[in-house]
Amino acid sequence: MESIDESWQLAKKQGALRRRAMMIRAIRRFFCERDYLEVETPVRIPAPAPEEHIDAVPSGAWFLQTSPELCMKRLVAAGYLRIFQISKCFRAGERGRLHLPEFTMLEWYCREGNCETLMQECEDLILWVAQALDGADVLVYQGMTITLKPPWERIAVSDAFARYAPLSMQEALDKDCFDEIMACEIEPSFGDGRPVFLYDFPVARGALARAKKLDPDLAERFELYMGGLELANAFSELTDEKEQRSRFGKAQHIRRAAGKAVYPMPEPFLSSLRHMPESAGIALGVDRLAMLFTDSASIDGIVALPPEML
Amino acid sequence: MYQASDLKKNLRIKMDNEPFIITEFNFVKPGKGQALYRCKLKNMITGSQFERTFRSADNFESADLQEKKMQYLYQEEGKYCFMDNVSFEQVFLTAEQVGDAKNFMIDNIEASVLFFEDRPLGITLPNFVDLVVTEADPWAKGDSVTGNTKPVTVQTGYMILVPTFIEEGEKIRVDTRTGEYLTRVKQ
Repeated sequence: MESIDESWQLAKKQGALRRRAMMIRAIRRFFCERDYLEVETPVRIPAPAPEEHIDAVPSGAWFLQTSPELCMKRLVAAGYLRIFQISKCFRAGERGRLHLPEFTMLEWYCREGNCETLMQECEDLILWVAQALDGADVLVYQGMTITLKPPWERIAVSDAFARYAPLSMQEALDKDCFDEIMACEIEPSFGDGRPVFLYDFPVARGALARAKKLDPDLAERFELYMGGLELANAFSELTDEKEQRSRFGKAQHIRRAAGKAVYPMPEPFLSSLRHMPESAGIALGVDRLAMLFTDSASIDGIVALPPEML
Repeated sequence: MYQASDLKKNLRIKMDNEPFIITEFNFVKPGKGQALYRCKLKNMITGSQFERTFRSADNFESADLQEKKMQYLYQEEGKYCFMDNVSFEQVFLTAEQVGDAKNFMIDNIEASVLFFEDRPLGITLPNFVDLVVTEADPWAKGDSVTGNTKPVTVQTGYMILVPTFIEEGEKIRVDTRTGEYLTRVKQ
């Protein structure tokens, strides 16, 4: 690329990058006001959480974090009541209109929280950001008008299948096409109107989530969608060391069988679960939130330099 | 051999023994789920289009496509005949396979013919071709040269917009990719 073209490309982004910065300032203020402690945990770690479909980038004999989840939960287990972090995460091979292999994640954890309290906190946070940026309670994204006034829509995954997919959730699981139906049929239906919380995922789709007491096939996990974008993923945390170890072991086994890198067991995290209180945590994609607040069609529009420009 | 992560727009792959070109591509990954590669594919033989979603474990053969330099000989009943100048082997392509290239094909022009396992699929012309203007409104000498254009007809029958100073019998250079006038060719 000629340098004059590059200057033009970067200059064009200035407005979006400014709004992104204002948005992040508003997020920090929101958590400070609610008495959350901002923490910084290491980006380079020896053992990322073994998950079937998340690939870590090696860094020497260690790895770059795929999320700050394990380190933050050790703080929760040690007695921290409310913590949040905005940090860089790295996932190999993820690149597309909504994906960067290096991206920014907001995570927060709350002792004694649960999925319902986290949903309310999502509503409050995003409304807070909209008011800080525009003094508004609506957002227009790619021609869609999204109303941010709570309460937002809440749909169980099985109901979403019944409403938007040609087959039921159980049939999709049996036929091994859950992800395809989710990505191609259900997610695109969540556009206009209110943001949507999708909850009650099958337990197999929530590696670190607690199973529901009344229905152990379902996990206490939800996802937040806005303007057709998957924005956040939340759990009531699994606090059973044995159960967590067995799920990680299963994921390691699947990764080994698929010829993928197998990460070591995160032992210090597992032993910290012995002291883990009832708590809930959530990860929210800061880049995607910036896309929504800058009306950017692609994630490339809200980072200064996507990898192809480096 | 390609893996799903190699998929991108314009990549040509082989499936069920037929060549396909990817006309649209999207990477998606639903929360905690696996990476999916949504593609729109076009069958390079039949032209039919459809959507398909692949997983990271999928892999593909590259389409066995070859390009051969051949000479354009003649057109007869909607068939276009090309000849290999070394083996003297001749192949015929339909008007549909030749596409817009027929606007710039003069006798004996050299083209690259795309083959899939001995089957011709299409052609690519050199980027620039010189063509004779066969019909044009006259240009009154003394008129000043402006940015205006006028339509003329070239030897292949193609109509093209050129500057007003171009006259009948002159040669012009045309970009075959855009179909646009580039410059006058002095003889």
